[in-house]
Amino acid sequence: MLLRYILKRILIMIPTLLVTSALIFTVINLPEGDYFETMAAEMQAQGEKADMSRIEFLKKEYGFDKPPLERYFWWVAGLVQGDMGYSFEYQRPVRDIVGDRLLLTMIVSFATIIFTWIVAFPIGIYSATHQYSWGDYGLTFIGLIGLAVPHFLLALVFMYFANIWFGISIGGLVDPQYLNQPMSWAKLRSVLEHLWIPVIIIGAGGTAGMIRALRANLLDELQKQYYVTARAKGLPPGKALRKYPLRMSLNFFISDIGDILPSIVSGAEVVAIVLSLQTTGPLLIRALQSQDMYLAGSFLMFLSFLTVIGVLISDIALAILDPRIRLQGAATK
Amino acid sequence: MTANTLQENPLEGLPPDGAPLPHAASTAPFEPYATEAMTPEQERVYLASQWQLMWWKFRKHRLAVISAVVIFVIYAMAAFAEFLAPYHYSTRNTDFIRAPGQQVRLFHEGAFVGPFVYPYKLHLNMENLKREYAEDRTQPQKLRFFCRGDSYDFWGLIPGSLHLVCPPEGGTFFFLGSDRLGRDMFSRILYGGRISLSIGLIGVSISFVLGVIIGGIAGYYGGRVDLVVQRVIEIVQSLPHIPLWLALASIMPPSWSPLLVYFGITVILGLMDWTGLARSVRSKLLSLREEDYVVAAQLMGARPRRIIALHLVPGFMSHLIASATITIPRTILGETALSFLGLGLRPPITSWGVMLNEAQNINVVALYPWLLYPVVPVIVIILAFNFLGDGLRDAADPYR
Repeated sequence: MLLRYILKRILIMIPTLLVTSALIFTVINLPEGDYFETMAAEMQAQGEKADMSRIEFLKKEYGFDKPPLERYFWWVAGLVQGDMGYSFEYQRPVRDIVGDRLLLTMIVSFATIIFTWIVAFPIGIYSATHQYSWGDYGLTFIGLIGLAVPHFLLALVFMYFANIWFGISIGGLVDPQYLNQPMSWAKLRSVLEHLWIPVIIIGAGGTAGMIRALRANLLDELQKQYYVTARAKGLPPGKALRKYPLRMSLNFFISDIGDILPSIVSGAEVVAIVLSLQTTGPLLIRALQSQDMYLAGSFLMFLSFLTVIGVLISDIALAILDPRIRLQGAATK
Repeated sequence: MTANTLQENPLEGLPPDGAPLPHAASTAPFEPYATEAMTPEQERVYLASQWQLMWWKFRKHRLAVISAVVIFVIYAMAAFAEFLAPYHYSTRNTDFIRAPGQQVRLFHEGAFVGPFVYPYKLHLNMENLKREYAEDRTQPQKLRFFCRGDSYDFWGLIPGSLHLVCPPEGGTFFFLGSDRLGRDMFSRILYGGRISLSIGLIGVSISFVLGVIIGGIAGYYGGRVDLVVQRVIEIVQSLPHIPLWLALASIMPPSWSPLLVYFGITVILGLMDWTGLARSVRSKLLSLREEDYVVAAQLMGARPRRIIALHLVPGFMSHLIASATITIPRTILGETALSFLGLGLRPPITSWGVMLNEAQNINVVALYPWLLYPVVPVIVIILAFNFLGDGLRDAADPYR
């Protein structure tokens, strides 16, 4: 039963990713002209004589003389085989340029989710069990601030105070000497030393949302009769909470990943630019501006893939935790 | 007591023999509503319209009411930016570049003078080439009120030059400091609010229309249409918003006029945010379309469009407005983030995000922290909309 459910979820993922890829491809191809025309225009602007034959050759080489539909198929076929295309601007395969950055993006996103959980869980429970206390109000307020303050401002403020108080520069995700090194323990340590700041900044918004949702959810559960019965027959509050309502809200806690993951990835992009992290953000903006379409497209595709996988994992975890969900899924569709 | 007397003399109270029995029932005309008579208060609640009930419930939500007032004030300030701002948003004071805010004072050397500022004296620090502004405490300059200042076109239509407050004669009045071109931050924040706030409203209107149409179709027809729409919603929701906004924003050709870019950005922000609304419309319609009044409308030959628009949607309009209110801050934040990254609105147009774009650099933040002031209205308006949305949602929910 569980296996069938997982299989079905994975099968649903395929059309989702296909539509996503078509969407992204369309968006990226929407601007007038392409990278080569921009390049020719730039060369002419700089007074160089544009080598039209070379540009024609490059266009042919990358299949730009073919209709978009055909190019799309080749792009998707490449993606499936792990070939992310070729960056015109860097004159290298996309995979070479982004390899490390993708890993770092994944690390940052993963760490942010863990952070969100660790922070939101106890605070949400406290807020719900101590409803309308000062602690509840204070924590809710801090959560709301986290929701309302733009990510980039938090990043700037963090950078500023880290500079003043500790005299350190917190930009970047690894120390400069590790920048182009392969992954090693020393590098991993350096990453971990830098990781906490972007994680806090990106996590702030998601944490706030999760605290609010968990509080509301748990409050609903706490009013239900099974909990009142449990308390009435003499179960201590802590145990009663742990045994029943908490498990109910845990469900939602896991399913919420699907909702916050896109915003985490989004926030990561903005924060990455401000903090000049070596993740995908800055590269993506540059690629979008210069119409380096395979680089930009494969990037966007990767980010979407990341969120889709995240949602899949949360769905599967949910199905393992709560058998009702599996049954529902089978009954209605 | 009564039971006892009855037992002792069961015939008491009856008329003498032969006389007609009195009517068992009262002959007075019967008023059927008399038994259900309501007190005036009850009647008021009973007869109140749905909106009236919502308003009463909303009024009790203190924080939401305050937020509504705050939002109204901020929107009004943005609407009358020309009049309220001491300067025009593009007026440059090249002698006062990146000046810190001038404090408004009331007392000069212990004597009351009325609102005034001390003029700035510029000193160029030759060591680090930093402009240092010192207040000249000897000569207070009184602020002028309801005065003629920079000329403007009110809403781009009515020319005028009346301002609520003007800089003193021959002096300056930078309430929140000035930026890299010597433009007044306070005035620019007022003007910028007009763009940032209207983007929120227009963007939400777009997603509102899209959400109602798409959600309405999915909910009304159900079945296969519903399945497709649901998949599409899932896909759009699983996309990371900001990267996609960036991609869409980079589509806009650089040759577009700032106004076109403004509309482009608004449409982009609206295009991604309809999913939540569409979902709630769909789930409501799925249950409402089974109601008798819908069947009645169908039997009378109403087309689906009419049924959705005239019979179904008004039934949960309040709920929809509450949901829409909660998405406004997201749109405002989105614009701010896009412009901050330099992919949103472009300089001749002033929005809070465009202003913050100048504060991108950590050195700027350290040296000229007042460039970050546009963040204050952003935070205030987002918090206010969140509280207002919460209040509206509670008020629109009949089961609370």
